[in-house]
Amino acid sequence: MKILVCISHVPDTTSKINFTEGDSKFDTNGVNFVINPNDEFGLTRAMWFKEKQGASVDVVNVGGAETEPTLRKALAIGADNAIRVNTPATDGFQVAKQLAKVAKEGGYDLIIAGRESIDYNGGMVPGMLAGILDANFINTCISLEVEGDKATAIREIDGGKETLTASLPLVIGGQKGLVEESDLKIPNMRGIMQARKKPLNVVEPDEAATHTEAVKFEKPAPKGDVKLVDPENLDELIDLLHNEAKAI
Amino acid sequence: MSVLVYTETEDGKFKKAAFEVASYAKEVAGGDEVVAVSFNATDASELGKYGVSKVLNIQNDKLSKFNAEAYADALTQAAKKEGSKIVVVSQSANSKYVAPLLAVHLEAGYASNVMAAPESTDPFTVKRSAFTNKAFNFTKITTDIKIVGLSQNAFGLKENAGDATVEDFSPELKEGDFTVNVESVDKAKDKVTIADAEIVVSGGRGLKGPENWGMIEEMADILGAATACSKPVSDMGWRPHSEHVGQTGKPVASNLYIAVGISGAIQHLAGINAAKTKVVINNDPEAPFFKAADYGVVGDAFEIVPKLNEKLKEFKAKNA
Repeated sequence: MKILVCISHVPDTTSKINFTEGDSKFDTNGVNFVINPNDEFGLTRAMWFKEKQGASVDVVNVGGAETEPTLRKALAIGADNAIRVNTPATDGFQVAKQLAKVAKEGGYDLIIAGRESIDYNGGMVPGMLAGILDANFINTCISLEVEGDKATAIREIDGGKETLTASLPLVIGGQKGLVEESDLKIPNMRGIMQARKKPLNVVEPDEAATHTEAVKFEKPAPKGDVKLVDPENLDELIDLLHNEAKAI
Repeated sequence: MSVLVYTETEDGKFKKAAFEVASYAKEVAGGDEVVAVSFNATDASELGKYGVSKVLNIQNDKLSKFNAEAYADALTQAAKKEGSKIVVVSQSANSKYVAPLLAVHLEAGYASNVMAAPESTDPFTVKRSAFTNKAFNFTKITTDIKIVGLSQNAFGLKENAGDATVEDFSPELKEGDFTVNVESVDKAKDKVTIADAEIVVSGGRGLKGPENWGMIEEMADILGAATACSKPVSDMGWRPHSEHVGQTGKPVASNLYIAVGISGAIQHLAGINAAKTKVVINNDPEAPFFKAADYGVVGDAFEIVPKLNEKLKEFKAKNA
């Protein structure tokens, strides 16, 4: 089985979010970038397929040279090859188009992407990729098994879960549950050394149209101070929630 | 021109999100027509109250269970038939599943997590949440057809005096629409989901162990709320992953969020930031959650929550 894992290069979850150039660009100053957590769960599941079922695992990212350390980290975790499509990621559709080209050329059976990136939270790349490839698609996937060319997946739905089957080729929008948090691998020294020698191919982008444009960013208005309620006077809390906040 | 909305049902009844996307579509449509698409709705005319003038109701047993590809195909055909330039969907798990497929079929730009009516309609610019609620992002959709994914509870319900005509609609479905099969659905029937909940009651590590969740569940019961938890709690297996709210878990956009024994890590606060009113109960007055909350009680959750539950019961009995 040939697996492609799509990797998004995102600010880590503790990052302070600021903008520059008249609030039109994300300020990368002092920000530590990581593999998008939703993608990392998928990558780790892919490693399981590699170890137990002899799958090959390639990773791909759409972005400039600054994203290469993130791809190297994916190689250190155990991916075989990395591909970087040399163009900035501008919108979900453009990224899906570029990924589709790599996916077609590579003839992958299973494509794993995170259900959304934790920066733009678009949540559209996996579905658009499947749509462009005309491949089967399962979103918010929390469990995945493959036997031959048949996949069984569990999808998280509002208030529960659903078990689905589909044949390969298949695109997955993955998240926590594909593997547990404790299964995530911190690359060891051997992995890091090997990753330096593994192929990281830079490919030139296809011409791809964008459908959307991020024009401006804004931070939420600062919040007023908390109103503290005496634990001996919980009636006041109920009164505030009922009459002031109109929340109960 | 018309604005198309995907109005979701559950067991034939419209979800609250269906009325919200209809209300939003009416606002965006201005004087134009709002056309809804529903699947196996028992009383589709109900949508008239929220500004829909026509419902294309699809009655098809093959579509009794949600199927992203088939639903996307049906919605595509509806949008083409109606010449719709704007399509509005909710941000439920199913809508988030179907929207990107629909965007490819319609060659439409899609903006997800939209927080309000468009900033402008020419160019078509919407405000959406990004960086897991740590920021907002104004996105311009540049395609002819536009898809708006409206965040739950972001716009609210707006009633309009009006009637909807209901038409049977039978899209032509292909074999290729049914290549992903639902084998089984496992859903708690009587539980409020985090996505649909008006109120969410959430517990953190301060509760010391899964055996102490009784009082959280009791509060949720009294308030008709969903239960949730912080990331460490789900990582330790005290509560299921499906309850984890925060940056890498589920987002919360309820009217009220009550956090018990949660200190308020930046990732947690990001995930619940869209909740309208936030209450924190924690014994550490320095906990970062107090900076993000509207109301706070400093003290021992094991004393406060049972007392609060009694008072909430009295309140509910009086205000029933």
